Amino acid sequence: MAEISDAGFPRTISEKVLSSHCGHVVQAGDTVVCNVDLVLGTDGSGPMAIDYFERMGGERLRHPERVFFSLDHYAPPTSPATRAFHDRIRAFASRHGATVFEVGDGISHQVVVERGLVAVGDLVVGADSHTVTCGALNCFAIGVGSSDLAAAMKTGSIWLRVPETILVRLVGQRASGVSAKDVALALVARLGSDGANYQAIEFAGDLADFSLADRLVLSNMSVEAGAKAAVFPHDDVTSAWLRERGGDRGTAVTADAGARYAREEVIDLALLSPRVAVPHAPHHVAALEDVAGVPVHMVFIGTCTGGRVQDFHEALAAFDSAGGRLAPGLQLVLTPASRDVHERLLEDGTARRFEAAGAVLTTPGCGACCGTSGVIPGDGMTVLSTANRNFKARMGNASASIYLASPSVCGLAAATGRITVRPVAEVA
Amino acid sequence: MSIDVRARVFGDDVNTDYIISSRRKRETIDESRLKEYLFEGVDPAFAASVLPDDVIVAGSSFGCGSAMEVAVTVLQAAGIRAVLARTFARSFYRNAINNGMLVIECDTLPIVEGDRLRVQLDGSAVQVLIPARGIVLNGAPMPELMRRILESGGVVEFLKREGSFR
Repeated sequence: MAEISDAGFPRTISEKVLSSHCGHVVQAGDTVVCNVDLVLGTDGSGPMAIDYFERMGGERLRHPERVFFSLDHYAPPTSPATRAFHDRIRAFASRHGATVFEVGDGISHQVVVERGLVAVGDLVVGADSHTVTCGALNCFAIGVGSSDLAAAMKTGSIWLRVPETILVRLVGQRASGVSAKDVALALVARLGSDGANYQAIEFAGDLADFSLADRLVLSNMSVEAGAKAAVFPHDDVTSAWLRERGGDRGTAVTADAGARYAREEVIDLALLSPRVAVPHAPHHVAALEDVAGVPVHMVFIGTCTGGRVQDFHEALAAFDSAGGRLAPGLQLVLTPASRDVHERLLEDGTARRFEAAGAVLTTPGCGACCGTSGVIPGDGMTVLSTANRNFKARMGNASASIYLASPSVCGLAAATGRITVRPVAEVA
Repeated sequence: MSIDVRARVFGDDVNTDYIISSRRKRETIDESRLKEYLFEGVDPAFAASVLPDDVIVAGSSFGCGSAMEVAVTVLQAAGIRAVLARTFARSFYRNAINNGMLVIECDTLPIVEGDRLRVQLDGSAVQVLIPARGIVLNGAPMPELMRRILESGGVVEFLKREGSFR
């Protein structure tokens, strides 16, 4: 949608996107009703959304072409009940003209981003808290529950409070070996579990070195600080990525000079070292050195945070740098975020090398992240993961301890059996 | 309107997986069946101990993590009438409003387990009283549209009646 210009006051990216979607100029604090460009459901949230839709008296989708369901949380289904959820979604989508991403296609917000279905400046609403991931593409993307999804399906719109914005300025140059995940963990630790609650994050600063995959990680984990949306500015990285996927549509949204921010957080990238979130919350973050030596029983590389091609490449490089063999007894589980990621890993040999070393490669989707499909850790096990949440019982076993780290820290531990600091010489 | 309730106190960062495990909802999304697993990982005795006038009182970031809506409907099915917290995760807050469950953002620190509370609602103004100790806590006001959805009993009833949000 076209940007509404000349508001009479300088605006944040969020204020601009929401203004263009409700048809008048809005500012932080206003409650508005906005038109939605993309409505994303999952097999976790979709069945309940269909219930709400029907109870609302919904007879048709306002914009069927904008509605997508991803069968990602129960991929593949492991019980008659989960299979029935899938069939219900398929039947609903077929009746109403919505699109289904099938079992194995991948995680909802990953699939729409990699298929060019998200345009810059869009308003994306997804019944999955990690829908914020899409904000990496200069759009306003929020996670909601099933009832909001149903309302968006029925009315094509959503009510929103226009959020204040925290400007997160990333300055300087990351040291080699410091990944986007480390920046994300540092940010979540800085903000705390509700430090960005009800607010949007806008990234700024020295972003040219952050690939689109890096940006997806940062937008993704912003929700662990409560952020409503986490938006990147539009630049060459954005347009190159979108052009490659045939999705270079929409109008770039730029914050005005003098836009009002709730506050500014500056992260000095040069001072950052690898980080690890320790049990049982993603904002409980330690320096890698402080947890070095912790024995690891399972390594999980996957999810909408750490399951993209770049993540597997970084993990493999670290794994190989430590000998390329699985530590005795360690279970290495790999779950690509999407079929596209999986295919690339097959093509470039990454999948084969990991599997030859004894890793288990599972169906693309959410995998073991929230205990809904794939491997469940055993009692008392310690898991090191590229995921976004390490709440107690998150992976389906309350007695497991989950640590979160970058793909390379995870890859290294898969070979050493412990959380390991890479020697400085090897990092360089 | 005022309601008299009993406080059941939790701490900070109660995430939705603690309220109801993602694993449990794989088998059913029927809240009447899920309610026996409410808080099973953090307080296994809780589900069986809920009395009809109980409310949840929590610290910051109640309902963080997943946006799954069963976190609200299971609380309701278990008989929880309202949640008071210092702050809510926004997805939980929206889901509560959309299901007609009262959510009050206020300073919950003075409230202790078992406190009798009086919740007073007057338009957009919300107050929570602890009569035994003469304490009055002011709730954050709710925007008008949210209040209308809540007063309708949730977004289903609201949209059935109004047809749209506009």
